[in-house]
Amino acid sequence: MTSSDRENVSSVRSAEKKRRGGWFREEFGNPERRLAYYMILPSLVIILLIAFFPIMYSVVLSFTDSTVTAFGSFVGIENYVEMFQNPDFLVGLLNTVIFTVGSVTLEFVIGLGIALAINRAFRGRGLVRAAVLVPWAFPTVISAVMWRLMCQDQIGIIDVVANKLGIISEPILSDNTLLLISCILIDTWKTTPFMALLLLAGLQTIPGEVYEAARVDGANVMQRFFRITLPLLKGTILVAVLFRTLDAYRVYDLFWVFSGQQLDSLSTFVFTGVRISQLLFAQGNAASVFVFVTSFLIALIFIKVFGMQTSTEE
Amino acid sequence: MASATTTKGGWGSLNAILFYIFLVLFVLVSLFPLLWVFRMSTVTKSDLLTSPSVTLTASPVGTSYSTVFSNPDFIQALQNSVIIAGTTTVICLFFGSICAYSIARLRFRFKNSVMTLILAISFFPAVAIIAPLFIQFTAVGIINTYWAMIIPDVVFALPLTIWILVAFFRELPRDLEEAAKVDGATTLQAFRKVIVPLAAPGVFTTAILTFIFAWNEFLFANTFTFDAAHYPVTVVIPNFATTYTTDYGAQAAGAVVVTVPLVILVLIFQRRIVSGLTAGAVKG
Repeated sequence: MTSSDRENVSSVRSAEKKRRGGWFREEFGNPERRLAYYMILPSLVIILLIAFFPIMYSVVLSFTDSTVTAFGSFVGIENYVEMFQNPDFLVGLLNTVIFTVGSVTLEFVIGLGIALAINRAFRGRGLVRAAVLVPWAFPTVISAVMWRLMCQDQIGIIDVVANKLGIISEPILSDNTLLLISCILIDTWKTTPFMALLLLAGLQTIPGEVYEAARVDGANVMQRFFRITLPLLKGTILVAVLFRTLDAYRVYDLFWVFSGQQLDSLSTFVFTGVRISQLLFAQGNAASVFVFVTSFLIALIFIKVFGMQTSTEE
Repeated sequence: MASATTTKGGWGSLNAILFYIFLVLFVLVSLFPLLWVFRMSTVTKSDLLTSPSVTLTASPVGTSYSTVFSNPDFIQALQNSVIIAGTTTVICLFFGSICAYSIARLRFRFKNSVMTLILAISFFPAVAIIAPLFIQFTAVGIINTYWAMIIPDVVFALPLTIWILVAFFRELPRDLEEAAKVDGATTLQAFRKVIVPLAAPGVFTTAILTFIFAWNEFLFANTFTFDAAHYPVTVVIPNFATTYTTDYGAQAAGAVVVTVPLVILVLIFQRRIVSGLTAGAVKG
């Protein structure tokens, strides 16, 4: 009976600690809670070690004149000043912003349209779901390669057809504006189905009775859409749009491969500093901190301004 | 919304026809690039270089496929991708399922903070850490090895794995574990003997999604590898543009070979994958 005595003593003790506000003891004195922490610990350590520690290191590097091989001395905000004077960075920033706003807007509008259209029972649902998933499953680089093949001057089907229709007057792959527009459209092709899928899942959580009630009360289609669908879908929309915005904002694969390394984005600027041009390494570090901070701000705007829910408890 | 198809008569059937035209268009646009590039990979080089209409009608040949499959770098790349994506999946599932079980089932104080932290990672721009990781991987001597890709892949796939698994674990009936515990099983035994077998379908779906994520990864692979012995397919296929300058058929064949297994995988398990993908977002 000694073991149960000990248990009693310890539970009395933990109750005492609780009274004294010892939440630490309360959390780790309870074997089930202790086990819970042990179980999440490995994942947390991996994430902190490989993601948060490097970003701190990146911040430190951005204030020094370090190279890939040698840690440099402190230079203040010089790297940031040089970065903002570098036309490549500014073009990359502008391209990234245009790409993000353009592709996310298109994806959201078309995706919502598709979700509303297919939110019903119909023959061929399986086929549509399959069609939705095919572009999503493509590796982004491979879809970039495929679209590049279709946009080749003289022989690519897109280039030839667009030329015949008089939409373009020069080869797509040699004009940066056309390249950027193409990238927006390719991203829309690849991700709209996914957006539609998320929004559809959100639509299906809205009970049908709500619409019935509104119809009985005489609400028309537009009223039902703006007064019921949009407000009830707000949570899903915010999650999907934020997710897509941050994804588009770090665009790298598509620009790098589709444009044959011609089109700059923020991410290609950082990559160039790390792998292509040693001279740009310091500015590349400043740019990575810039990307991190601005991504964080975008997420913050969604949470604070639009009131996105971050809690996951039911 | 559902009103259009339920109304009988002229308007209803017109609506239905428009709806199906829309569906056909949607399916065609989604599948067109894969179909067209597949077509490009099965015609001769001269037909391909003539014009798109000739490409469409030419008789099929398999020369482009023999070109890419006789390229040792391509075979090596396929092997590398399988190893990298496979290892990433196994590691993610191991740590992810333990962590997800704890979040879904056990009570503890900082659950919300932990979930927010994990969510933050999936919003984290990977490009922001390639410079420090490049320096650190060089310092510890794992630059240009599989680990230089597997380690960051695991970090960025883990949030996905954990979120989907939490959603799956929450759906499992709690009574079963309670019963196991009443019969004298510990929390860990309840997890291993009751939850893991029941959650097998969910875990399997998560495995597919994690595998696809790692298979498609490009930034880390392109940053941390220097030679054909370690390049995965995502790095090798774009390089085909310089390997096979104007042999567009070979480039197309490479792209098709890399994509088709994924498309088949997705088509077979589409229902599960859709529920896995939407689980986190809608309940979140």
